[in-house]
Amino acid sequence: MAGVTLDTVRKIYAGNVEAVKGVSLGIEDGSFCVLVGPSGCGKSTLLRMIAGLETISGGEVKIGDRVVNQVEPADRDIAMVFQNYALYPHMSVYDNMAYGLRNRGTPKDEIDKRVKEAARILAIESFLARKPRQLSGGQRQRVAMGRAIVRKPQVFLFDEPLSNLDAKLRVQMRVEIKRLQRALGVTSIYVTHDQVEAMTLSDKLVVMSGGQIEQVGTPSEVYRRPETRFVATFIGSPPMNILPGTVEGPGRVSVGGQSIAVTDMRDGLTPGSAIEVGLRPEDVQAGGTGASSLSMDVDFVEELGATQLFHGKVAGAEFIVQASTGQLPADTRQLTLAVDPGNVHLFDPQTTKRLGRV
Amino acid sequence: MVENRPFAQFMAYLTLALGVVIVAFPVYLAVMASTFDTATIINGNMPLVPGDQAAENYNRTLLYGGMHARQPVGGMMFNSMIMALGIAIGKILISILSAFAVVYFKFPFRKTAFWIIFITLMLPVEVRIYPTYKIVADLGLLDTYTGLVMPLIASATGTLLFRQFFMTIPDELLEASKIDGAGAFRFFKDTLLPLSMTTIAALFVIQFIYGWNQYLWPLLITTKSSMQTIVIGIKMMITTTDALTEWNVAMTTAVLAMLPPVLVVIFMQRLFVKGLVETEK
Amino acid sequence: MEKRAHISGWTLPLLLILPQMAITVIFFYWPASQAIWQSFLREDAFGLASEFVGFENYVSLFEQPEYYRAMVTTAIFSSLVAFFSLACALLLATQADKNIRGGQAFKTFLIWPYAVAPAIAGVLWLFMFHPTLGTLSKPIKAIGIDWNPMLNANHAMTLLVLSATWKQISYNFLFFLAGLQAIPKSVIEAAAIDGAGPLRRFWTVIFPLLSPTTFFLLVVNIVYVFFDTFGIIDAVTGGGPAGQTTTLVYKVYADGRLGGDLGGSAAQSVILMIIVIALTAIQFRYVERKVQY
Repeated sequence: MAGVTLDTVRKIYAGNVEAVKGVSLGIEDGSFCVLVGPSGCGKSTLLRMIAGLETISGGEVKIGDRVVNQVEPADRDIAMVFQNYALYPHMSVYDNMAYGLRNRGTPKDEIDKRVKEAARILAIESFLARKPRQLSGGQRQRVAMGRAIVRKPQVFLFDEPLSNLDAKLRVQMRVEIKRLQRALGVTSIYVTHDQVEAMTLSDKLVVMSGGQIEQVGTPSEVYRRPETRFVATFIGSPPMNILPGTVEGPGRVSVGGQSIAVTDMRDGLTPGSAIEVGLRPEDVQAGGTGASSLSMDVDFVEELGATQLFHGKVAGAEFIVQASTGQLPADTRQLTLAVDPGNVHLFDPQTTKRLGRV
Repeated sequence: MVENRPFAQFMAYLTLALGVVIVAFPVYLAVMASTFDTATIINGNMPLVPGDQAAENYNRTLLYGGMHARQPVGGMMFNSMIMALGIAIGKILISILSAFAVVYFKFPFRKTAFWIIFITLMLPVEVRIYPTYKIVADLGLLDTYTGLVMPLIASATGTLLFRQFFMTIPDELLEASKIDGAGAFRFFKDTLLPLSMTTIAALFVIQFIYGWNQYLWPLLITTKSSMQTIVIGIKMMITTTDALTEWNVAMTTAVLAMLPPVLVVIFMQRLFVKGLVETEK
Repeated sequence: MEKRAHISGWTLPLLLILPQMAITVIFFYWPASQAIWQSFLREDAFGLASEFVGFENYVSLFEQPEYYRAMVTTAIFSSLVAFFSLACALLLATQADKNIRGGQAFKTFLIWPYAVAPAIAGVLWLFMFHPTLGTLSKPIKAIGIDWNPMLNANHAMTLLVLSATWKQISYNFLFFLAGLQAIPKSVIEAAAIDGAGPLRRFWTVIFPLLSPTTFFLLVVNIVYVFFDTFGIIDAVTGGGPAGQTTTLVYKVYADGRLGGDLGGSAAQSVILMIIVIALTAIQFRYVERKVQY
């Protein structure tokens, strides 16, 4: 097993388009690292550079202690699961899994042993003789994973492996991937644009945007203390509300004339300067009372079953509040929101960076 | 159709049946003519039901030929078969290799190479017939199978068809092969070739028919009667004075000349349609 | 269109493309450039020496009345065959597209003439309409027409058009049928709900939607008549009577073979090349742009 180290890795395409702008990242041996971000943020390019499918324009990629910049994909000791699975359509499930081993000259009985074992783990033993087109989406997904497992590689690479599945199957496979990775203990790098997948799967969550890393941390760190406004609105559903405000003084900001106490606030901010105030829909108490409160005009309500989403405006900006169903009447037109000082996130309107304690 | 009127259905059947009759009638006449002797045909009162000379006609035509074609038609069919197979297989071979190169590699002058091949799509052999003839003559290839086949292989149809098919194969398959440790040769042999089988078969069907039916080129470059193809041979049988034309032999030859390509179309209809529609896109 | 993934290396692809390149250069570019070069040369009577004469071969070509006649013949022949084979094929395809039993069998029975060599097709039709022994000549003569394609140019052209059309219907039929089947059923149903009857539906909805196919086939048919009908003409009329059914391609062949006027024949080849390239270019432009919905 091995970890993966990226040192100021760059990708510049023809025409000087910089898709990855100097990314440095250490992924510990055996951990599950998820790269998440909107499409075009460079996450897939980064993964493909680790796999050796894209050339590296600058910087260094290390698998274990070995610099692999010039190493062919086949010799990097990695396995990859593709978004469209990339199963060989003309080969049986068995041959799909055995192909890579055969190309490496693995003895026949060893191949057989490994394929059977992988098939048992993934519960696809009964499909071994079938062709990929005779399988359902979920089964194909398993075969693609099987092809990765039999190789016993140093690193698993996943490129949006669940996005071709329907919502229900996606949740089920997500759990299975996590369980499998725990059991095998192989370093895994997983690319997705789905923030729920990212949160649930990762030991280490890497949020990317515009070819750069926005934040690295455990899922709860990233959720609890987003470093930039981008991360704050990208992670969490529904996204964090951002309100325009001004600095009142240490530990206090004002939003539309309403004063709010803040725990995590940088020292020395000039009173009266503009600031962005972030509040998660699930972090404000609708109808509650507390030290700070905001008033909200409700436009409409979305019923989600267990919860309700109140859409409206606070201080002229769009605002969403999540509340347990039945807590408030659905025809509420005015809400008072209680705000816990510990749940207020502050961002610099210019740099969009977090203005928390240093 | 939206309505299901019985009258419309009836008209459809009638039109189609009429179409089939018109399409089939000339061939039906030829088959009938191949069952009579010359005299019956010449007097202009050939019956529309089979006669009793079929065995005699086919036997004589295949093994001895007619009075005017000094060559058994069996031999002509052999020549046609070599030419058709040579063209079909030759085209498939060179075009799958060049399409593989153009689609899956990046090399200097790749675009130029593609255009050099692509332009040949526009100009059939007929417009450059005499210079081509001269080159084949200079190479000493008159009256050879190589001379019959080679110039007709030079066309872009196959390369374009394979290129088009390769473009539909997901990139990830090559990437998965790379990760699985397969080089260019293994990727071609283990993945590309098995996936291309239908395309190869479709191209084969189209090119076999194309090759079998060649006329102008073999007419020019075959001077020995032993190298004649069947399509040329039949022309030789009817150009002489009417009175001497052995119509029974000519029509027997016509039936024999139609048989291989028509059978190919009927029994490989799916591949034929695929090949035809896709080479023209 | 480009692949994202490539295999590295230069020598292998160059080796792979070499056979096709060699054949293309030797049997295509070399003769084609020879044709262009020869069209500017004149050989002496013995073929021993040749001199550069500029456009003289072209000029003398356009001074020949026979060349204009071949042009007119080609134009008439092309338009008649294109029109009749497209019309018949469209009629048959619309019928076969109806949901009728045995449709597949009809399809099989209609497409096989594609496999018949043009020269053979010509022989079949010549036999059928032979002035003395043709099965169908008798009824024609019975109604008082002195049918003789060997002597009468109009009769000869009629016979050529019939055989060429017969052979081309199957091709057009296949493409029309594919075009019809590609039209979404919902569009036709919408037209029916809008109150358009079957005939009106055909001319206002189906036919316009088929226009890319029709245009494509029109060009293909013209190119077909230019080149592939060589075998039919050679087998049925040999360009006669008195050169009245000689098309441009047939003239290239006949002049080069009999007269041995290589310069003139080459000039004709070059003009043909220009015509075909122009047709192909028009096809690309129109199919891409105009004839779309």
